[in-house]
Amino acid sequence: MEPVNKINSRTVVIPLDDVDTDQIIPARYLRTTVRAGLGENLFADWRYDKNGTKVADFVLNNDEANGAEILVTGRNFGCGSSREHAPWALLDYGFRAVISTEIADIFRSNSLKNGFLPVVVDEQTHEWLIKNPGAEITLDIESSTLVLPDGRSTSFPLESFSQYCLLNGIDELGFLMDNSASIDAYEEQTN
Amino acid sequence: MSGRSLFDKIWEQHVVLPENSNTPAILYIDLHLVHEVTSPQAFDLLRSNGISVRRPDLTLATMDHSTPTVPVSSLKDLKVVAEPEAFNQIVQMEKNCEEFGLELRGLGNSERGIVHVIAPELGATQPGKTIVCGDSHTSTHGALGALAFGIGTTEVYHVLATQCLLQRKPKTFAINLEGHLQSGVTAKDIILGIIGKIGIDGGTGHAIEYRGDAVKQLSIEERMTICNMAIEGGARTGMFAPDDSTYEYLYGRPHAPQDEAWDIALKEWKMLPSDDDAQFDKEVTLDVSKLRPMATFGTNPGMVIPIDGAIPSPSSSDQGFTKALDYMQLEAGQPLAGSPVDVVFIGSCTNSRLSDLRAAASVLNGRKVAEGVRTLIVPGSAQIKREAEAEGLPEIFKAAGAEWREPGCSMCLAMNGDFVPEGKLAVSTSNRNFEGRQGKGARTILASPLTAAASAINGVVSDPRTFIS
Ligand code: SF4
Repeated sequence: MEPVNKINSRTVVIPLDDVDTDQIIPARYLRTTVRAGLGENLFADWRYDKNGTKVADFVLNNDEANGAEILVTGRNFGCGSSREHAPWALLDYGFRAVISTEIADIFRSNSLKNGFLPVVVDEQTHEWLIKNPGAEITLDIESSTLVLPDGRSTSFPLESFSQYCLLNGIDELGFLMDNSASIDAYEEQTN
Repeated sequence: MSGRSLFDKIWEQHVVLPENSNTPAILYIDLHLVHEVTSPQAFDLLRSNGISVRRPDLTLATMDHSTPTVPVSSLKDLKVVAEPEAFNQIVQMEKNCEEFGLELRGLGNSERGIVHVIAPELGATQPGKTIVCGDSHTSTHGALGALAFGIGTTEVYHVLATQCLLQRKPKTFAINLEGHLQSGVTAKDIILGIIGKIGIDGGTGHAIEYRGDAVKQLSIEERMTICNMAIEGGARTGMFAPDDSTYEYLYGRPHAPQDEAWDIALKEWKMLPSDDDAQFDKEVTLDVSKLRPMATFGTNPGMVIPIDGAIPSPSSSDQGFTKALDYMQLEAGQPLAGSPVDVVFIGSCTNSRLSDLRAAASVLNGRKVAEGVRTLIVPGSAQIKREAEAEGLPEIFKAAGAEWREPGCSMCLAMNGDFVPEGKLAVSTSNRNFEGRQGKGARTILASPLTAAASAINGVVSDPRTFIS
């Protein structure tokens, strides 16, 4: 995992609530045994029509979405299945963070393990972001703050261990492995 | 100090290292369920980092998501019927299990089935255990008093490598079920009613315990249906305290403790139920006697109404609601019952157990599925298939004009070749009605096996109570 420090980018807005993992990456694309290439089918059923042609009015098919790394959506983003293919697809496409007022548990946990930043903000900030697609904003991991174009900043919750892993590009497995003596002891005592 | 809940007790028993402000807890996992869709990338990580599986004996592997539901007993058969990508995934699963020393309940195995159906059936799911799987419906196992939750593929890798997970303790949520169910109203209607009440994010960050007077009358299979869909209410885990029904269900199952070990286990299990003075972070009560059969009308499980109700109107600014009704081709203010049905699917880890099949058979017996309705009935496991056959259920289904298939996830997520064609309306006993869940452009109405069977007979969304004498 690459360390993540700051994300500075324009936003893309999908203003819908309850965007579920079946929309992020439909199940028929889960028949893969690797991670690469999932970005092509990110939001596949919204992006392409039944002939595979791009749907003109879907935001990711517009020029202004090109190169944007921050997605802003309605509340309860990532609800549904546990498929880690969802953050993999977002990352593979080029997104590095999602901002909402609420993010589903398993999606959040999966995201953090891949260096994809789930950001929960207050209603007021969220409303501003929804109304101003394409705004140039900064997400700072070290201070866990979001900075708007006019310099106003607001903090977002980021669990300290996840923050440490993001900043240092660390996979949690290292931490578990370092504690294998405790795991051995637990197994001994419960057997 | 206040008393401890069922959740607290299981959590505490499995803490290897407690959480602090800097690090989450290290939690020990007693049972890890593995299937072909969310594991290949985890096995790759083990391979590339030269790590072996720590406890193959605590790992139970099967294939369910991308397996065909027409008979196949060998890879050669499979190549003929499966799509190439699904074929690769299944072959890869066999290789991974062999390489890492895991016993696989693969194609042709008499114990194969949907992962959340077979673990309880084998008696591997037990009260007090921590159970995880790379699948959000792992909450199903909470029906037996286990702490069970879905994880992502990176965590599958962590558990394979260390048998542990890093976890922050969630909050607790008591859902009190009171009263007696009316006839024609089932466990599926209870959980749809709960989701309608708390919303699809009502349980986010929480572990649910279903409690109250109504619990006693619920069988273990019914409790599984209710726990299964905890995640549709946003909660990673849902559980029932173990009781006599639990012990009766488990006794004699192949992976359940035997003889002396049974007596010891039983003593421990009886300590698990929440203390009388246990505190919960959140609480709601549902009077189940007021419930009617429930059905969804939109594109998430919280968009749900009684089957004889009218489709609600969106608030003016609700883009998502309007989009959902457009997608479903349904109109606000109109009744849902009476909408023409193209496909009926009876199956999935929510409703594919023997009691569900019996319920469907009770409606289909001696009747015919309406012309033009494709009705697919998919048992949850090879064992359920055998039990249903021993009771003569397939004969009832076939005489009615329904298809009787091999076990698997099938049309629940439509990645094995079984899907609902674009634009068609399905009444399904599964758990998700998201856009495209059952196939691109498929429109899904979630309901109980009784409602699904009644709708198959009438060819339109139907209230099952008219079929019940
Ligand atoms: S039946 Fe459906 S919900 Fe259950 S495990 Fe299979 S795909 Fe998931």
